[in-house]
Amino acid sequence: MSAADPMLRLDGVTKRFGGFTAVDGVGFDLPRGAIGGLIGPNGAGKTTLFNALAGLVPPDSGRVELDGAPIHGLTPNRVFAAGLARTFQIPRPFPEMSVLENTMIVGANQAGERFWMNWVAPGRVSTEERALRAKAEEVIEFCGLTRVRGDAAGTLSGGQLKLLELARVMMADPKIILLDEPAAGVNPTLMASLVDKIKALNARGQTFLIIEHNMDVVMSICDPIFVMAQGRLIYQGDAAGARAEPAVLDAYLGDLP
Amino acid sequence: MIGVLSYLIFFLILALTLGVAVLGLNLQWGFTGLFNAGVAGFLAVGGYAMAMLTGPSRAAVFGGFELPFVVGLLGAMIASGLAAIVIGLLTIRLRHEYLAVATFGIAVTIQLVCVNWEPVTGGTLGLIGIPNPTKAMVEGSLAQNAIYLAIVLIVTAIAYTGLQRLVQGPWGRTLKAIREDETAAASLGKNPVRIRLEAFVLGCMLMGLSGALYVGFIGYVSPFDFLPIVTFQIWTMLIVGGSANNRGALLGALIVWGVWTMSGFFIARVVPPEWQAQSGAIQAVLIGLILVIVLLFRPRGLIGEEIHVSRHARSAPADARPEAP
Ligand SMILES: Nc1ncnc2c1ncn2[C@@H]1O[C@H](COP(=O)(O)OP(=O)(O)OP(=O)(O)O)[C@@H](O)[C@H]1O
Ligand SMILES: [Mg+2]
Repeated sequence: MSAADPMLRLDGVTKRFGGFTAVDGVGFDLPRGAIGGLIGPNGAGKTTLFNALAGLVPPDSGRVELDGAPIHGLTPNRVFAAGLARTFQIPRPFPEMSVLENTMIVGANQAGERFWMNWVAPGRVSTEERALRAKAEEVIEFCGLTRVRGDAAGTLSGGQLKLLELARVMMADPKIILLDEPAAGVNPTLMASLVDKIKALNARGQTFLIIEHNMDVVMSICDPIFVMAQGRLIYQGDAAGARAEPAVLDAYLGDLP
Repeated sequence: MIGVLSYLIFFLILALTLGVAVLGLNLQWGFTGLFNAGVAGFLAVGGYAMAMLTGPSRAAVFGGFELPFVVGLLGAMIASGLAAIVIGLLTIRLRHEYLAVATFGIAVTIQLVCVNWEPVTGGTLGLIGIPNPTKAMVEGSLAQNAIYLAIVLIVTAIAYTGLQRLVQGPWGRTLKAIREDETAAASLGKNPVRIRLEAFVLGCMLMGLSGALYVGFIGYVSPFDFLPIVTFQIWTMLIVGGSANNRGALLGALIVWGVWTMSGFFIARVVPPEWQAQSGAIQAVLIGLILVIVLLFRPRGLIGEEIHVSRHARSAPADARPEAP
């Protein structure tokens, strides 16, 4: 693993809720262009770590660097602007808006995001809006949502909502995409195509960090793998090493009744 | 016949004037989910700004700059916009019910200031003699009112068109996204605080414009024109017409103002004299009744929200859909 110039660098990231430490001094490097896998038993602190990286629950301590620039302590919209886009484990669509508009919400610095430009430069706003729509249609196609793109997002199924989460972050062309359990609730056929999609994006250079419980998915596409248990990082390395590591087995077996 | 016509013109002037404020509230509540319970306060700021800028100069009262009508309208928007920036910066992080309580309190405060700050507002007497620009143009109140209606129609059309431009573009889409899920919107790069403040200020500017049109028409301003009942009326107009739909906002203004004035008319005729003092309360109860009926049977209003925001996202999606079985 290249130690120099990682895409994402975590150092001692800690998040407490009251007296409970949900993320406890997590530090690792994720190389550029990698698909990192973040696994661990339920309640290990994976989603909380994502929330801390994305600025949703700012870490109590520790540093986070994205492409060399510090992003810890930034608000979520600033983190996004810096190039980190994330999906939610429990999808958060804009239910009263169509799938197309849910996707178009992510525009690359559209002039029309500033209200006065809609009055002073309506032509430019329209041109950009058409281009954005064309891009959104492509991404929606890529995510297999074309049939429902005119429907209100609130009417989608659980699996479709997962795909919509993916579509929205794909619109951003971010430096890194954080996916929180993209395969959960998605049927096996779709899951296979989802894996293909992630691979295809990765082949174009897209860096990922993925939380996933489905071990087939993790083992087939993720390298390196990071294992968390009780807030701590207990393993990092390749898939084969994770299987052999006693602490990892312990964490998972300890999880069983 | 002339009587009906002149009454209709009078009715439309007031209904559309209030409609401008309903458009402002629609931007705040309908599109952004900001609960502004202090609409009357922003109408007051606009109305008093109009009176000060265009009214006759008087020794006892500050203001009376005798500026043109249009300057009065613009000044009213600027004044209410500035008030909204200050109030918005103080309260915009207060969400939902907190914002409602805060804005309600602010509106009451503004009204009390109008009552008590005599050197500027003229106190309980208000400010009189605000020139209606149509008086200098033609003779006869029918023609004057017809011209004023034309002015109000033009202002309403500009406000409506300008708002449609906004809410059907990227900015409007962001408003809705923030309304529906602020956390998700922020995670997708939107700055909820900035966008909410912008919507709040623009909406309040329309309320100020509405207040100015009102004062310019009736020719005086009184603190008792901006009691909380006005906020209630404007809210009812929005809910009845259809939140998050600008056509609905205007339709609601026409319908609710119609019910309000007609009920006033009938109360004056049928209610015994000793009850006349309560006529305002009877009207308010009627409006409340309409509100409840709409909320029960048509919770999204007469014309509700459309799921497509962008002009450029509307037409096509249907064509790709297979026919429902
Ligand atoms: N906002 C919060 N306030 C208090 N406790 C929280 C909060 N968010 C998470 N936690 C706690 O932090 C711990 C880690 O939760 P987290 O959601 O990060 O787990 P996870 O690893 O994503 O689990 P899963 O695989 O089930 O999604 C849990 O015990 C949870 O109850
Ligand atoms: Mg989780």
